[in-house]
Amino acid sequence: MIEKQGAGTWVTHAILIVGVLTVAFPIYVTFVASTLTLRDVLAAPMTLIPGPHLIENYSTALFSGTKNGTPVSGMLLNSLIMALVIATGKIVISLLSAFAVVYFRFPLRMVFFWMIFVTLMLPVEVRILPTFKVVSDLELLNSFPGLTVPLIASATATFLFRQFFMTVPDELVEATKIDGAGPMRFFRDVLLPLSRTNIAALFVILFIYGWNQYLWPLLITSDHSMDTIVIGIRRMLAAGDDQVEWPVVMATTMLAMIPPVFVVVAMQRWFVKGLVDSEK
Amino acid sequence: MRVRVGYNNKVLPYILVAPQILITLVFFIWPASQAIYQAVQRQDPFGLRTRFVGLDNFAAILEDPGYLNSLSVTAIFSLSVAALALGLALLLAVSADRVIRGATTYKTLLIWPYAVAPAIAGVLWMFLFNPTIGSISFVLKALGYNWNHLLDGNQAMILVVLAATWKQISYNFIFFLAGLQAIPKSLIEAAAIDGAGRTRRFWTIILPLLSPTAFFLLVVNIVYAFFDTFGIIHAVTSGGPARATEILVYKVYYDAFEALDLGGSAAQSVILMAIVISLTVVQFRYVERRVHY
Repeated sequence: MIEKQGAGTWVTHAILIVGVLTVAFPIYVTFVASTLTLRDVLAAPMTLIPGPHLIENYSTALFSGTKNGTPVSGMLLNSLIMALVIATGKIVISLLSAFAVVYFRFPLRMVFFWMIFVTLMLPVEVRILPTFKVVSDLELLNSFPGLTVPLIASATATFLFRQFFMTVPDELVEATKIDGAGPMRFFRDVLLPLSRTNIAALFVILFIYGWNQYLWPLLITSDHSMDTIVIGIRRMLAAGDDQVEWPVVMATTMLAMIPPVFVVVAMQRWFVKGLVDSEK
Repeated sequence: MRVRVGYNNKVLPYILVAPQILITLVFFIWPASQAIYQAVQRQDPFGLRTRFVGLDNFAAILEDPGYLNSLSVTAIFSLSVAALALGLALLLAVSADRVIRGATTYKTLLIWPYAVAPAIAGVLWMFLFNPTIGSISFVLKALGYNWNHLLDGNQAMILVVLAATWKQISYNFIFFLAGLQAIPKSLIEAAAIDGAGRTRRFWTIILPLLSPTAFFLLVVNIVYAFFDTFGIIHAVTSGGPARATEILVYKVYYDAFEALDLGGSAAQSVILMAIVISLTVVQFRYVERRVHY
């Protein structure tokens, strides 16, 4: 150590503690609100001590929803399907295309490579109307394919796998060739097991990406049974003339955060690796 | 790409890239070219007639006070978010790098907002600042400051900046911490032996070595503020009050889906594409340079 940790250490800890508390404060207030009755929430200032209505509010949210809403359990399922399909789909097609680009010489290889590269520059936000039109022409509105497939192309994942494949020693390819194994055999028995950590890391990031999508489901789904939870909350807040049912909305907000936060915290090591490796 | 032992197969590589290329063509390349095509067309509101108008749509946009307003709103918003999120994350990362005991705990407690959707982050802060029932707005009122972001444009802007920053700090924190931990300890020790104090070491050694990371993060943060914050704006303010928080992406959405001005919206999309492309190029320059270090 450079110098002993004496004075100054407590300042450092103080900064970190203030940081942690600031980051946690909105969540804490949300949690408290999700355990109160509507009357308690509306009585400004709202108490900052959790109340006794936790189970009641969460079961209302899960199984019946707000007055003009749908039950959250269905939304959670929709979000889960969307996140899983996007994460798995992106990983699979990126693995395949990275494998093709790195291990095969074929005409048009660079054309394909650049075509994938270009997708990096075209976030859905800048091409919303024409993309919406394509999906509606294909009659994919209000469907899971419409919700997921357009988001599955991924330049970032393809690049990550490409970078990684290029570090795999050539000797491994030669060895499998001598053993008489074809390319797909090499892919399955050598490349996939070697990519395990990268896949895990990427999965965490892509799961969260899928779970947190907002603009795309907002455009593609109008049928309430297709609501993802992130979209559902916004619909609950637009209660019109009715008083927003804050305790139920706040319980829903907690439910919307738990899965992705759990994934990040539980898989922290891979998450950080995936983030720093792909720089995205 | 270096030459290596590969496979020669006439069909297989095409099958392998097919899914990716198909999705890219159908959902990226085709819509993007449609956007460019529409940007030079004008369509009547019912979509019955279109005619070629050249760069008229662009000219109309650049003269539209609404668009110019949106440009300045976006500039203020993204610069505030980037400055706040980078500054606070750096402060926290330097602190976390300094503590020996508890660094991992702090890290875990600080990284999880990454997992929260921007729209949800918006809802959290909107609840705290709700003019009638919010805890923070209550305290502000008690201090004699009247908070109502539904009426006051500046307050609405502060609210969306806070929510967007809160969400982004953890991302920057991870990169800054990784950057700090990659700085060779011997360098810092040498400076310490030469008598450089903590502050001096930070400004003359740590910060310059961290500047590539900081620059990369600046670009990422601007891209984030431009595009990923749509959910915050849509859920919290809907661009209001009086367009005070109407960032460019929200305006593209609004003009296309609410105002049905297709040509204008497409022209705005094309301008946004140009912005993303230049930011991506900058980002890749940085990545390339770093690879050669």
